[in-house]
Amino acid sequence: MPDGLFIFFAALTLGAALLLVLSRNAVTSAMGMILALVGVAADFFLLDAYFLGVLQVLVYAGAVMVLFLFIIMLLDTEDPTGAYPWKTAALGLATFFLLAAGVLWLFHWSGAVAAVKAGATPPELSTNPAEFTTAAKSFGRLLYTKYLLPLEIAGFLLLVALVGVVSLSKDNPESNA
Amino acid sequence: MENTSLAHHLILAGLLFVLGLTGVLLRRNLLVVYMCLELMLAAATLALVAFSRFNRTMDGAVLVFFVITVAAAEVAVGLALIVALFRKRGTVQSDALTSLRD
Repeated sequence: MPDGLFIFFAALTLGAALLLVLSRNAVTSAMGMILALVGVAADFFLLDAYFLGVLQVLVYAGAVMVLFLFIIMLLDTEDPTGAYPWKTAALGLATFFLLAAGVLWLFHWSGAVAAVKAGATPPELSTNPAEFTTAAKSFGRLLYTKYLLPLEIAGFLLLVALVGVVSLSKDNPESNA
Repeated sequence: MENTSLAHHLILAGLLFVLGLTGVLLRRNLLVVYMCLELMLAAATLALVAFSRFNRTMDGAVLVFFVITVAAAEVAVGLALIVALFRKRGTVQSDALTSLRD
């Protein structure tokens, strides 16, 4: 039987994700998404990845979802009227359960992860910064040595995205962009 | 934290991914489809962190750092595209956007 906190946050995450997929109101979907992302961040905390958990809440549940909510309210997408599409929802849930059965089989019964299963709990945390530690220092060490080029590319990507968004959202009628 | 094996976290990540995939297939509102895509990314990062933790290596966690960066950039550009689309066509329902089909 897994840890109680894990069960709680897993249920929270899956329930919120279900709300995201099934709700017809886009704002309700966004709220479900925020809750699901916070649940994922909580699972990061349970896995001792504190830095990533904080980053997830700050960047995803904070900045990205605020952007989403802004756009949803800016576009003011009207709620679809008429009966709830039960047929589509049932089809979707059937798809989900089929794929979920596949996931359970793959990770639980197929024995594919049995080799790692020998340690039913995560290994002891080490203090060696070359291994998995809770310190942000071990992130920095890898980011500026082994992953220096990807870091530079990620920074450049952010710059390109910034310029792209500005040019996309600029409203110039003569170029008809 | 006592009794969670790698399989538990992988199952959670897998279910989350499948839920996001179902949403992408099912929904018509482009904004919700986009949120479901983000959900699939989050599920993938969850699996990465779990593998990273159980294999005592930092590389997966660093990869998650890059995934979050790329996702933030991607959301900004994607939402700008959706806004541009809405300006031109006045809708974000994917079944109303069929001008390439007919």
